[in-house]
Amino acid sequence: MSAWLRHHSQSLWQTLARLASAPFATLANVLVIAVALALPLGAYGLLVNLQGFSGSLPTEPQISLFLSSGGSAPDVATLEAQLRKAEGVRGVRFVSRDAALAGLKRAPGMAEVISSLRDNPLPDAFVVTLADGDASAAERLEKQFRALPGVAHVQVDSAWVRRIDALLRLGRTTVLLLGTLLGFALVAVTFNTIRLQVLTQREEIEVSKLIGATDAFIRRPFYYLGGLLGAGGGLAALGIVALSFSLLNRDLASFGTLYGVEVSLQFLSTADAITIVFFAGALGWMGTYLSVSRHLHHIEPR
Amino acid sequence: MSQPAISFSGVSKRYPGGYQALADINFTIDPGEFVFITGHSGAGKSTLLKLIAAIERASSGTVLVNGQNVSTLKAPGIPYLRRNLGLVFQDQKLLYDRSVFDNVMLPLLATGQPHRDAMRRARAALDKVGLLERERALPVALSGGEQQRLCIARAVVNRPAILLADEPTASLDDEYAATIMEMFRSFNQVGVTVLIATHDRSLIEHGQPRVVTLGHGRLAT
Repeated sequence: MSAWLRHHSQSLWQTLARLASAPFATLANVLVIAVALALPLGAYGLLVNLQGFSGSLPTEPQISLFLSSGGSAPDVATLEAQLRKAEGVRGVRFVSRDAALAGLKRAPGMAEVISSLRDNPLPDAFVVTLADGDASAAERLEKQFRALPGVAHVQVDSAWVRRIDALLRLGRTTVLLLGTLLGFALVAVTFNTIRLQVLTQREEIEVSKLIGATDAFIRRPFYYLGGLLGAGGGLAALGIVALSFSLLNRDLASFGTLYGVEVSLQFLSTADAITIVFFAGALGWMGTYLSVSRHLHHIEPR
Repeated sequence: MSQPAISFSGVSKRYPGGYQALADINFTIDPGEFVFITGHSGAGKSTLLKLIAAIERASSGTVLVNGQNVSTLKAPGIPYLRRNLGLVFQDQKLLYDRSVFDNVMLPLLATGQPHRDAMRRARAALDKVGLLERERALPVALSGGEQQRLCIARAVVNRPAILLADEPTASLDDEYAATIMEMFRSFNQVGVTVLIATHDRSLIEHGQPRVVTLGHGRLAT
């Protein structure tokens, strides 16, 4: 057991020394993997940010009804009763024009604009929550509400939220496909790197076999090499994404100030980052496994 | 001691392509014996050694090493067979990218020796072949005779029961060759079974060793 552990640490150091002895080749290998990983990783990061943004929005379908100005209190009460009776309505919320203005004032950058107004331009409104997200039901209700007396304008609010959701789903699938594809690329890159390494160390492998080294002993340094290249590539990919995000954030910040809002991209969570490094290492290990299984037994002493 | 160190019974080796290297070889070597295998070049000496180390497999017949049947040995068992054998080659098969010391360390690391013990044993082996002062050198910096001695140090560092050498003195002048042979004899004196393949009959004159002569793949004596 201790001999086994000893050889593992020996293999690890030997591999690190080997990587350090050819820094440019190592860098090139790690970079190829890093670039291949950075693409899906960056896309995933953007997606997570977008998801966080859309998560803060109500996703249940809503219809907003804006009343014509000058409606009196009894009108509002009857209208509310009518809305509640309509089929497929879950909830009705009245938003008075004063409440709407107060809400708007809280929004970033709007307070100044609103204080410059002489009187409140907003109408009274109802926010109707629908029982289900069925588009045809929303359409039917929209028509029905438009015909009600005192209603100036009807707007289906949820449509664009659902559009974002659909887009996010599309994005997720794209990232998944991209990730899978470039994961295969990582396996292929390590496969080839290890193949070259096996050929380079042909003599060493041959001699090792002659002096009674087991297959596992001979394979071990290669596994470390592949795993380290994968994990190193994963780390470098995280670096690339972090750098890109910080550059994007600078531009986003100046873009945001024009609209008086703060927008910034959040970097991947620590858990995500660790998972990615491990995953990349595992893929490198897999490429190595395929490579040594295929190439090592061709090298036999003669 | 009843079990022979090496035993061949009815062993034939035909290489792919039809070349018959060995035919119906029968002999046994007891533990502690010192045996020369001679014959003209191409007589099958190297093939015979390769069959013992499972570098080649017999086409028919049985090769036993320390009672273990090499002919039927499966691939995972081969490393453990070779750990009992010290192999010295004509083309040394040294690793030229590492020091003399690290070349001798290789078999010890491969068999999982504790590092401290391994260093001690590697130094002892180098001392035995007179290369201790050259331990930091790279093999290319060694003369032909020194390289062959390094190869011997690597072969004996794991204290094998059997030492196999294929033309160990082929490229050496007589003085160097004599030193090398003296080393083999000293290993034999501490109980190691030594098997040397050579076409050089002059090596054999010293003492009365057992000689197995091959001619065209068959035993001549």
